[in-house]
Amino acid sequence: MGSYFTGFMQESSRSRGGGTLDTFPKLLMRHAQERGARPAIREKDLGIWQTWTWRQFADEVRALAAALSAEGFRRGEHLALIGDNRPRIYAGICAAQCLGGIPVPLYQDAVAGEMVFPIQSAEIAYALAEDQEQVDKLLEILPQCPSLRRIYYDDARGLRHYDQPQLMSCEKLLELGRGSATRNPGFVDEEIAKGRGSDTAAMFFTSGTTGVPKGVVLTHHALIDRSQVVAEMEKLGQDDVVLAFMPPAWIGQNIFSYAQPMVTGYCICCPESGETVVNDMREIAPTYYFAPPRVFEALLTQVSVRMEDAGALKRWLYKHFMGVAKRVGTRILEGRRINFLDRIKYGVGDLVVYGPLRNVLGMSKVRIAYTGGEAIGPDLFSFYRSLGINLKQLYGSTETSVFVCVQPDGQAKSDTVGPAVPGVELKFTPERELLIRSPGLFKEYYKNPDATREAKDAEGWFRTGDAGYVDHDGHLRIIDRAKDVGKLADGTLFAPKYLENKLKFFPYIKEAVVFGAGRDRVCAFVNIDMDAVSNWAEKRNLAYSGYTDLAQHDAVYALVGDCIAQANADLAREPELAGSQIHRFLILHKELDADDGELTRTRKVRRRFLAEKYGTLVDGLYSNQETVHVEAQVRYEDGRTGVYSADLKIRDAKSFTPAAAKSAA
Amino acid sequence: MEEVLLEVRGVSLAFGGVRALTEVSFDVRSHEVRAIIGPNGAGKSSLLNVLNGVYHPQQGTIRFGAREFRDMDPHRAAALGIARTFQNIALFKGMTVLDNIMTGRNLKMRCNFLQQALWLGPARREELRHRRAAEEIIDFLEIQHIRRTPVGRLPYGLQKRVELGRALAAEPRLLLLDEPMAGMNLEEKRDMCRFVLDVNDQFGTAIVLIEHDMGVVMDISDRVVVLDYGRKIADDVPDQIKKSQAVIDAYLGVAH
Repeated sequence: MGSYFTGFMQESSRSRGGGTLDTFPKLLMRHAQERGARPAIREKDLGIWQTWTWRQFADEVRALAAALSAEGFRRGEHLALIGDNRPRIYAGICAAQCLGGIPVPLYQDAVAGEMVFPIQSAEIAYALAEDQEQVDKLLEILPQCPSLRRIYYDDARGLRHYDQPQLMSCEKLLELGRGSATRNPGFVDEEIAKGRGSDTAAMFFTSGTTGVPKGVVLTHHALIDRSQVVAEMEKLGQDDVVLAFMPPAWIGQNIFSYAQPMVTGYCICCPESGETVVNDMREIAPTYYFAPPRVFEALLTQVSVRMEDAGALKRWLYKHFMGVAKRVGTRILEGRRINFLDRIKYGVGDLVVYGPLRNVLGMSKVRIAYTGGEAIGPDLFSFYRSLGINLKQLYGSTETSVFVCVQPDGQAKSDTVGPAVPGVELKFTPERELLIRSPGLFKEYYKNPDATREAKDAEGWFRTGDAGYVDHDGHLRIIDRAKDVGKLADGTLFAPKYLENKLKFFPYIKEAVVFGAGRDRVCAFVNIDMDAVSNWAEKRNLAYSGYTDLAQHDAVYALVGDCIAQANADLAREPELAGSQIHRFLILHKELDADDGELTRTRKVRRRFLAEKYGTLVDGLYSNQETVHVEAQVRYEDGRTGVYSADLKIRDAKSFTPAAAKSAA
Repeated sequence: MEEVLLEVRGVSLAFGGVRALTEVSFDVRSHEVRAIIGPNGAGKSSLLNVLNGVYHPQQGTIRFGAREFRDMDPHRAAALGIARTFQNIALFKGMTVLDNIMTGRNLKMRCNFLQQALWLGPARREELRHRRAAEEIIDFLEIQHIRRTPVGRLPYGLQKRVELGRALAAEPRLLLLDEPMAGMNLEEKRDMCRFVLDVNDQFGTAIVLIEHDMGVVMDISDRVVVLDYGRKIADDVPDQIKKSQAVIDAYLGVAH
């Protein structure tokens, strides 16, 4: 791996011609020279977009670096940065890197207590906070974090009467820096020149849903390499524009609003506040966009709600042309041939619906949009693509400097995350866990050699904890967390979350719980989506009294059965998963509820708890019974409890043999 | 002790035979938050209306800064630097948040109608200056996202905040708030408290507020005046007011 490493570095520095640009500060100084007058960062302040050019940004970084050094900040030390997307936060990141220090961005919406661990573990002495809110949090934890010597703040509002000796405004800090820079002009540049690609560039704390958070240490080389490879793949350049609206402490945002602009010289824009993002996005019209699926979902909901309120003509136009888009939009985006009439229809649709809609979404100019982090529903995915927005999926994590897999243009599928990006190697353990080797891999978990050893072996393979496989097109398909993946009694792969997601993507199914680990076949509990199914029932004049009644209707069972059969047909086409088709199912008498402990607060199914609570139902599924009796305690909203008893129907679902599915397809 | 910004001496106000205020005297120091409390019909709003010249008292004097008046009139009050918000929101519902706040700058505009209509240099520069001031208030009150939204479409809590912004636009020395938190939920109240305190702290504006939520009053005010049937029955710091028998009697009633 060593030779590969150095080989790549030489190549990537050669490609930029002369001098080794192996750290972010070096890249910044080159931009200041080559495109000094072009915009580096925009920020909307007092209602006006203010621009910082690359030269101004570099000057600010130099002054901050000089000041930090004068304040005693030394090579290898950590600087905590807490704030929303603000130019000064990004300048602070680079200033620390100029001095060979390590920026540690922390989530601005974390409560004070959550900041204790990172600050304690890295013995952080210097922090740059955005405003009073963040300063208050740091002051609150000061007694637990005696190492914290200095807190700099950007926005002085509300801080006038604070007299803690640790506090200093950024204005004052910059003044200090400019003074020290005039006394010793070459200092910062000398410090920058000392930096090496193998130095630590930044540390990101993973959210730590499992136990203590871990500090992921990433080098300049790792971040620059991954940013570079994808920038080349997507042909990113100085004319691209990005809106930075996710937390800068999240590696995803950091790559898009720090690492990649540093590599390519594009401009990032900081919205006025969290509430103005939609509006600011329309004004800026970014060309490059990244958001987790839930953001896309929220945008779609907004559109749908507004369409409901629109006049009859507009509603008709929307419905009609979205139908056209659904049929041909994706194919047009992928440059495939379609018939002339459809092309004309789509053209009209673009004029009256898609174009205006893209404009409202702020995506008129989006050339590349990414989503990642979790599974995206196929309808949601194709909605954006059919509008002509080039939405693609990617796969990666903090430990891999994000880019592991990216869907190339024209090859975006809703259920894969694309082929490996150049430089990345993938392999799988017998348990299906995905292992990755990439130049973008993290160096270590900070002060946690045990965790590092567990996650990364001697040959440099990183254990992702995700289970998946590579499909026949060479695209990676993530099916579940590795620890949740089990086997049926005959050893067939069983990925419960993957199956549940597949079912949940049907509009009629709200929740699904599948069972099968150690059993001979897969069976499922289903919750119907009351809104969608009641609508469906109304159109068919089905009478029902409530959820329970509707759920037990034969017609509803048939409806759900069709959905499951469709999912099974899909599964049969995937040789790896064909064995885990769903054979029997029942529709639960009640909606799963977090108040009853059946879901987590983030609406994840608690499978084990459900298997225990509804043990008789599970037994019923694995017997030959046609119905199963359920007696359950129900807790009403007012706190009273009652007993509910009913017979639930159990039905078989149509399943396919792998070969039959192939001939059907 | 800080200087006294406003001093009301022996003010009495009657509507025909109804005595709304009887010999009320109190003062407001610059930079303080002063609350007026009292049961319904105690004369709180009447007192506020006397302060900014909507009502003319039959007796008493009002001193604001160095000048003493028999009574106020609304124009003079505004020119002197007294701004207020109303119990029932008084905004232009069809205009945007930004425009509403700009109306608060009205008194500070110097260009005449002709200059503004022709968009001459001075008018343009003035507009820019005022727009900046309005934007600073928008930033201060964290309402950037509704800058262009017509006020009528906003929820109640936000309208209250916009009204505060409109009053602040006049850069007042004394701000009169008539039940700024009425009808708000807990979270909105908390936000409003924060803004009131921030205004007081950041701009050094003296604040007189009428409020029914005792928790809020005791939390944010420096001194409290208590009215009952048009008379002042107590005037002290919150801790003392809480203990005052006269106040407790006024609120809970007392056997006659």
